[in-house]
Amino acid sequence: MSQGYSRRDFLKVSSVAGAGLIIGVVLPYKHRLVAAGLVDQTFDPNVWISIHPDNTITIFAAKSEMGQHIRTSLPMIVAEELEADWSQVRVAQADAHPDKYGSQGTGGSGSIRRSFTRLRKAGAAGREMLIQAAANKWNVSPKNCRAESGTVIHLSTGNSFTFGELVETASELQVPENPVLKNPKDFKLIGNAMPGLDTPSRVNGAAVFGVDVQVPDMVYATVLRCPTFGGKIKSFNRKKAMKINGVLDVYEIDEGVAVVGKNTWAVIKGQRALEPKWDHGDFLSWDSTRIKNMMEEKSTGKAVIAREDGDLTSLNGDEKIEVQYEVPFTSHATMEPMNCVAHVKKNSCEIWAPTQSPQRVQTTAANALGIDTKDVIVHITMLGGGFGRRLWADFVTDAIQVSQKSKKPVKLMWTREDDMGHDFFRPTSIHKLSATLSNQHELTSWTHRVIAPSISGQMAPERFKDGQLDRSAVNGASNIPYDISNVLVDYIMANTRVPVGWWRSVYNSQNAFANEGFIDELAQKSGIDPYQFRLNLLKNAPRHLGVLRLAAEKANWGKKMAKRQGMGIALHESFGSWAAHVIEVTVTKKGELSIDKIVAAVDCGLVVNPDGVKAQMESAIVYGLTSALKGLITIEKGAVAQSNFHEFELLRIDEMPEVEVYIVKSAEPPGGAGEPGLPPVAPAVTNAIFAAIGKRIRSLPIKLKDLKV
Amino acid sequence: MPKFTLRINKKTHRIDIDADTPLLWVLRDELGYTGTKYGCGRGLCGACTIHVDGEATRSCMTAVDNVDGAEITTIEGLSIDNSHPIQKSWISEEVSQCGYCQPGQIMTAAALLDRNADPDDEDIDSAMKMNLCRCGTYDRIRKAIHLAAKEQK
Repeated sequence: MSQGYSRRDFLKVSSVAGAGLIIGVVLPYKHRLVAAGLVDQTFDPNVWISIHPDNTITIFAAKSEMGQHIRTSLPMIVAEELEADWSQVRVAQADAHPDKYGSQGTGGSGSIRRSFTRLRKAGAAGREMLIQAAANKWNVSPKNCRAESGTVIHLSTGNSFTFGELVETASELQVPENPVLKNPKDFKLIGNAMPGLDTPSRVNGAAVFGVDVQVPDMVYATVLRCPTFGGKIKSFNRKKAMKINGVLDVYEIDEGVAVVGKNTWAVIKGQRALEPKWDHGDFLSWDSTRIKNMMEEKSTGKAVIAREDGDLTSLNGDEKIEVQYEVPFTSHATMEPMNCVAHVKKNSCEIWAPTQSPQRVQTTAANALGIDTKDVIVHITMLGGGFGRRLWADFVTDAIQVSQKSKKPVKLMWTREDDMGHDFFRPTSIHKLSATLSNQHELTSWTHRVIAPSISGQMAPERFKDGQLDRSAVNGASNIPYDISNVLVDYIMANTRVPVGWWRSVYNSQNAFANEGFIDELAQKSGIDPYQFRLNLLKNAPRHLGVLRLAAEKANWGKKMAKRQGMGIALHESFGSWAAHVIEVTVTKKGELSIDKIVAAVDCGLVVNPDGVKAQMESAIVYGLTSALKGLITIEKGAVAQSNFHEFELLRIDEMPEVEVYIVKSAEPPGGAGEPGLPPVAPAVTNAIFAAIGKRIRSLPIKLKDLKV
Repeated sequence: MPKFTLRINKKTHRIDIDADTPLLWVLRDELGYTGTKYGCGRGLCGACTIHVDGEATRSCMTAVDNVDGAEITTIEGLSIDNSHPIQKSWISEEVSQCGYCQPGQIMTAAALLDRNADPDDEDIDSAMKMNLCRCGTYDRIRKAIHLAAKEQK
């Protein structure tokens, strides 16, 4: 960061200013700090922008960077309205501060769509003040001045000031409440693929992730948790662990046994020496089969209705088709395992965390320590992947407890095995679907019963009781877009002790697999091309139609395929965006599957950073392929059976298909980009397999035995 | 404790440490070369890849006493100003997403280009397939390696 005062000073100044507003925050005490030589004079029209006399502009990003290039896209929005020159722009990560920045939670593909207007206004306010400052200096009307590429120009004379030259004068001005936004047709940055501001630091090792944070006098720690969910430690060999060179202490914390030491290797060896004995608890007798049986048993019980259209009882003459789709637990498996650096002091706490939820970290620490949230400073590092895992703060709790007990700053890191065994997994689910077709091949009814553990039920069991509706669990099921007169979508909660959480696209990944697989089956039953079948049912869904047509056209849908090759199509709406994929596969006689090509289309409204959207689509496709083809988490003896990447496999480069991404041109408000590309992947693959070899796959991940004909 | 002399990025470091300590933790915890990442600790993901005497090597599986005196290069030593052809092509193709696995990907790719100036897709796949990327940057990795090979000519 190039500003001449520390982030801590900035926070102090801002909190003194009682900075409750997003727009128009001024820092009244800053003058004094400037006069005292404590800080450089900068022009800070609001919490998002700091313009320096040397013409550099710091833009604060209040969302977490985990690969979605948000630390480039958010500054682009501010810089666009500010009329900054992109080469002037630096990005700085905003510490956790709900009053200043609003929610900093980064999830639900929401960073751009939820900040777009607010950040435009912030930039526009700065631009209007800079123009006014120049006009004042020239003693002319601001109407005769224009901001452009980091300067303000006087139109009549051609005179100009750089933004840096206006810092002092602009700082004296009132912040406009309703700045005028640019006409989108005049956008210069938005809509263009800008080079990532973080790109250079990601290729020379300079980027600082959570695990890279070093603070003076820091110790290292791991925590060994009971592999069985709900289990507790009975005994462990402290003596043996303490004998490891570099181990400083070994003790119990809430969630397991902490080993504290002088370096990471010491604490890993210490953890391995613990010889733990566990009180496994009652979940020990559970495994994946028992969980499935429990869900099957529940599936015939009482369901709670999520959507009911028309009347299902009057369709007796029509042909009824019934199927079941199944999706397993899977893991986030971020490449950077969970970790956190925490320093608990007397009445305060400082935390460095790769978190998607800075404010959850702040309140977690405040509650644990019995201190005020304002006394918890949370610095957000770069995140080595997030995908929903880092919305939780369990790893932060570990770090706080260890720092408190050891009275030192601590870097707490989970090993890969800890991370894989103790994720909040994508919920497993069973989908019972039925439909009726009239003798004119008209789809007359559709039912979809979702049986799945509830994330909300786990988080707030008193609010989301067994037997109640978890709306999130039917996301993508209850809003099926097809034009069908009689629809019933219902839900049965089936909780287990396995922790569940928001996994990239949340329940959309399961529900889209069921929807789009089954609709393909109905097309086949009707003898209608699956693309055409969908088109017929989407007459009133223009944005669904838009992506479906785009993907089909670009993929040359219907082209002649070789024997044992097939093309599958699927679409889904989620997080304010629409995505459709056409996937080409080959299945050999031995049952070997190769994904040959993926053509993807997305409509996410107005696009800020097209290369960012393209990269997110590519990324969601690979994430989706991993869960369709590999990425299986199973439960044995009440614990996760997979421990590391030899058992939980990810897609590799030699399995990577050619991917083409097409973005629908749109002036609609921005939609999400990180997740919408994922849900259609699995069904497009299984639909392509059906086209290739005539086998319908209704359970993920796809197994070799499914592919042998 | 045993003493080791490590040649890292053309600098000599003398260090007292347990002989079984993986080079990964020596680099990260003792010497501050945090560009090299921990991903699995078992040689399964490639995030910790460095060069030992020019060979792409998993630092999480390499005990420090095996590299005493060897020439070690980390991502910081490939070039800090991003002037290496692989770094340049990684930037122009915007390969990185979260970036965590990329130092390992880049070190593996740089070693590939050192021994094969013009790799085809198959060469790239076989050299890179043990490097995992959860963000799924594989397609761009391939493109960037081809670009670097072209630029190097």
